[in-house]
Amino acid sequence: MPHDHHDHSHEGLSPSGHPYRPDDDTELSYWQVMEIALRELLIEKGHLTAAQIHAQINAMDSRSPTNGARVVARAWVDPAFKAALLADASAASRSMGFDIGPMHLIALENTKEVHNLVVCTLCSCYPRNLLGLPPDWYKSRAYRSRAVIEPRKVLSEFGLTLPDEMQVRVHDSTADMRYIVVPVQPEGSFGQTEEELAAWITRDSMIGVGLPQAPQ
Amino acid sequence: MKVRVKSHWPPGHIRTPAYLRGKIGQIERRIGLFNNPEEVAYRQTGAQRELVRVRFRMDEIWGARAERGEDVIEAELYAHWLEPI
Repeated sequence: MPHDHHDHSHEGLSPSGHPYRPDDDTELSYWQVMEIALRELLIEKGHLTAAQIHAQINAMDSRSPTNGARVVARAWVDPAFKAALLADASAASRSMGFDIGPMHLIALENTKEVHNLVVCTLCSCYPRNLLGLPPDWYKSRAYRSRAVIEPRKVLSEFGLTLPDEMQVRVHDSTADMRYIVVPVQPEGSFGQTEEELAAWITRDSMIGVGLPQAPQ
Repeated sequence: MKVRVKSHWPPGHIRTPAYLRGKIGQIERRIGLFNNPEEVAYRQTGAQRELVRVRFRMDEIWGARAERGEDVIEAELYAHWLEPI
């Protein structure tokens, strides 16, 4: 019961006993200043409006892993769609109505013999136009460097221990392609509808650091 | 087809990871023509380059340190970084 301790001072703590978060009043970084300057110039010169910029931010924020989950769920129930997805994942995603812009997407199929894992060692390339923003750990130096050197150890830290006989394929997103993993459909989900199946497909299972999970 | 990644270390915006330079892999698929990031980064518009996916065995990259030599890494590399062997 962390709030029942009375052997320490509550000075500097909120009434509920939590430390106040310091104000975010540090100086702007070089790149933050550059972003503000560029944005204000584009608006002043009439190339963009503030409303258009915020509409784009809202559009990106509205994208989420549930979009990718719907794509994977359809691949699980519809073999023709799965073949189309593996041949051209961009076209297949667009055919479901997702606006993924100019993104070039490749779908990677997990099997009983092969497990796929996605990383971008050079920066943080991620299929944002389908799945939304990446998790913070995906952008960390630790994940980016370790995923190519010791992927099995990294996966085990995510709670996923793969059998030795299974091949791990690490996909380094080095250039123009983006990647989505199509996980193996769990036996416990057989017979469910496409909509029910989508609830099994987690963000992590589409990056390759997890497996589909039964909905809670 | 087997290829070796050139072991060049030029300055600039290079999208060929250092850990793959000098390593030998198999072409997994050819993706098509794309702008060369080494030129795009400096607002140059040269000829487009072929982008290919290359598959490398872990023991080719990391040697005895590899967790499991038969595991693989696949990466997109521009054709001008690859030489046939």
